[in-house]
Amino acid sequence: MSIALEHVNYVYSPGTAYERHALKDVSLEIEQGQFVGIIGHTGSGKSTLIQHLNGLMKATSGNIYYEGQSIYEEGYDMKKLRTQVGLVFQYPEYQLFEVDVLTDVCFGPKNQGLSQEECEKNAREALELVGFPEKYYRQSPFELSGGQKRRVAIAGILAMHPKVLVLDEPTAGLDPKGRDEILDQIDHLHKETGMTVILVSHSMEDIANYVDRIVVMNRGEKMLDGTPREVFAHYKELEKVGLAAPQVTYVMHDLKERGFDVAADATTIEEAADDIMRSFHD
Amino acid sequence: MEMIHSEKLVYEYDKRDEEGNVIGTNRAIDGVDIDVAPGSFVAVLGHNGSGKSTLAKHMNAILVPTGGTIWVDGKDTKDPAELWNVRQTAGMVFQNPDNQIIGTVVEEDVGFGPENLGVPTDEIWKRVEDSLRSVGMLEYRKASPNKLSGGQKQRVAIAGVIAMEPKCIVLDEPTAMLDPNGRREVIQAVEKLREEKNVTVILITHYMEEVIDADQVFVMDDGHIVMHGTPREIFSRVDELKVYRMDVPQVTMLAEELRKRGLDLPRGILRREELVEALCRLR
Repeated sequence: MSIALEHVNYVYSPGTAYERHALKDVSLEIEQGQFVGIIGHTGSGKSTLIQHLNGLMKATSGNIYYEGQSIYEEGYDMKKLRTQVGLVFQYPEYQLFEVDVLTDVCFGPKNQGLSQEECEKNAREALELVGFPEKYYRQSPFELSGGQKRRVAIAGILAMHPKVLVLDEPTAGLDPKGRDEILDQIDHLHKETGMTVILVSHSMEDIANYVDRIVVMNRGEKMLDGTPREVFAHYKELEKVGLAAPQVTYVMHDLKERGFDVAADATTIEEAADDIMRSFHD
Repeated sequence: MEMIHSEKLVYEYDKRDEEGNVIGTNRAIDGVDIDVAPGSFVAVLGHNGSGKSTLAKHMNAILVPTGGTIWVDGKDTKDPAELWNVRQTAGMVFQNPDNQIIGTVVEEDVGFGPENLGVPTDEIWKRVEDSLRSVGMLEYRKASPNKLSGGQKQRVAIAGVIAMEPKCIVLDEPTAMLDPNGRREVIQAVEKLREEKNVTVILITHYMEEVIDADQVFVMDDGHIVMHGTPREIFSRVDELKVYRMDVPQVTMLAEELRKRGLDLPRGILRREELVEALCRLR
């Protein structure tokens, strides 16, 4: 088991007028190698949740285990945890700062105490993993397109060889093609390296296409947890909390209501098309 | 007369190296002809860097063309004497809600524009109330903008523009930084404005779902307008849209996939109900 949360609570500004219960009794186990999506509207607690995973925020109560060991134990090596659970923030390209792409990606491994040679080797591998073209390695990161910048920022985390990669809205602000490219790359990375990937998003369509499991957060609580099919079957509840199932799920429900013999739990275009074609051929 | 009319619009800017020396020119807009009828709803699509925001900035003279001409309600934006008239005709809403709100109280923020135009005080309050009502934010008039969600802030920004009573409102990716709820709120507010005030709306976006109700859609790529038509015409050309790094609504994609697999569905299905009806007819 990779990460486990046990009854985690987090309260902002406790004892003041601004007290807010951001996480309420969240328990969650994530296995090594899973691809998990976390969805929830703004303020649902999803960003607070992921910042607990590498100890950036400390739970007010409850416990978090990484590979079986409590991260709140005295003397726990937080620095190591933060390299093993790599966190890519929203708009990570704002965190690029070095003179060229390669140097920027070397920054993480350099702080891990690796030699210049090793840093560069890791950085090159990471840039290759995210599909960043070698001819731009010596270019200033500020001259790249939004999608390319984001790849560099993700490579900066990958260069530290994390076992778990957590991404907060990695496609925000990208155009549709840029979005698909980044998500395909993450998917490829997951398959290639067997890394655990945790993806925070509010696009149901994106999530449904890639992940094995979806965790829905609402008002600081874990509301649903299951495969995309299981979670999107609750589309009416999702709507009540300001979320929605992918468009195709609605089409399938409509068809079922009109008497089509379809399963109504499709969450991707592929699945929906298969199901509809089958109903025509039967 | 057209609300917006451009002929061979060109916008070039200098590329500079680190020392500030000019090393070439970039053409962000390259020969764009566009016509927008008064009271219509026009959407401009395009990937990041296609030139769509640069085009938007020409519609209220934040940028003026380096070649060709653009007229806003008949006024040439290059004419310095018309600058304030152009800005008053076409109001602009930007992407980041946090960069456009200056007041410490919602109603003061909305009143800032008309106050600068020299509108009498009674009339300002009337307009503030009216425009906050039309975006569904009247109950927040005494609130601090800091406490609002992204979608609410963006609606306040729209109210601020509306209070100046422009004939035309240009929204440059107003929903790009919002969650699905915020997006829905903003788009609904824009739709209501069109119905109530007959204002011309120009929406720059890359969310396809938001342009389904537009009267016409322009797709930009590399500074050119590469596609132009009704949403239905545009979304019938799925493969072409892919070339320009755009995608189509998921329902349209599903219909296209079913067509490819041999079902006799019409092209350019946009809404869920249409697809369901079309499939029922085939059965």
